[in-house]
Amino acid sequence: MQRYTKTAIALHWLIALLIIAAFLLGLTMVDIPGFTPTKLKYFSWHKWLGVTVLGLAAIRLLWRLRNAPPPALASIPHWQQLTAEGVHHLLYLLMFAVPVSGYLYSYAAGVPVVYLGLFQMPAIIDPNPELKPLLKTVHYVLTMSMAGVVVAHALAALKHHFFERDDTLKRMLP
Amino acid sequence: MKTLPKIALISLLGISLAAGAAVLKTDPAKSTVTATFKQMNVPIDAKFKQFSASIDYDAAKPDASKASVEINIASFDLGDPEYNKEVTKKEWFNAAQFPKASFVSTSIKSAGAGKLTVMGKLTIKGKTADISFPLSVKSEGGKQIFDGALPIKRLAYNIGEGEWKDTSMVADEVVIKFHVIAQ
Repeated sequence: MQRYTKTAIALHWLIALLIIAAFLLGLTMVDIPGFTPTKLKYFSWHKWLGVTVLGLAAIRLLWRLRNAPPPALASIPHWQQLTAEGVHHLLYLLMFAVPVSGYLYSYAAGVPVVYLGLFQMPAIIDPNPELKPLLKTVHYVLTMSMAGVVVAHALAALKHHFFERDDTLKRMLP
Repeated sequence: MKTLPKIALISLLGISLAAGAAVLKTDPAKSTVTATFKQMNVPIDAKFKQFSASIDYDAAKPDASKASVEINIASFDLGDPEYNKEVTKKEWFNAAQFPKASFVSTSIKSAGAGKLTVMGKLTIKGKTADISFPLSVKSEGGKQIFDGALPIKRLAYNIGEGEWKDTSMVADEVVIKFHVIAQ
């Protein structure tokens, strides 16, 4: 069995956990009614997670461009290999697009992102009341699209593991 | 014969008002009152959209100046209608009971070219405190532009009660910035 490298495995699972945490925190915080310290705290944490994912995604992409992953198992039909590759590309794209859209939304709302409460991130756009609702929708739609793609990706891995009983999932397990 | 002294008094008053009157007309569209504070170290600027400022200023006699500002608390704009509504509530501004914040100067002293030291009484949420802050003034195209930054502690005015007293969430220090254009 040709496993993914340790670096690839570490980045995959670390980013996966952070994305799931940011997703669940995001869903929780927007459901808190009114204005509470907890809500504001969750918003800050959510943004810190987003910035972390974005940074790790950049590292992962640079690393991935120099290190080819092991080829798909020969037993997998060609169309499935192509589909998997397409899904992987889409996940890479969303891994950037979701945090970037959230980042822009925050700045359009006039709220700077201060990473870990320590480092103020650069303002790419000025506060913009017209752009704000649009970016909110974009962030939401991209997030939900990503959730859908992540579920498909995970179900496919489980299908290989439990039905085809091949090494697809095993070679990515830590 | 009783009316005559009255008329004399009124006209005297009128004259003295006219002589001392350098009350400037503020341009509300170009003037701003902004509060800047930090929420978990995130700097937030919020504007008071409705206020009136009255400035009695004569560059030749700066020490005779007077200034007062009245702010409509409900016009505080955090950039989000839902949050704007929240901060008018009891634990923040309590706008229902205290709809106005005000500043009235007690003394204004020249502090060098284009600079003034303003002392006065600031009232927010029914609490009045003596404060002083530096104000700069410059003349531009027949208009006077006043800029001042007044740092206050929000908790001294009970802004943010209960769980909002936590200054690690919203810092105690708030800077109120005035930018008033008057003619």
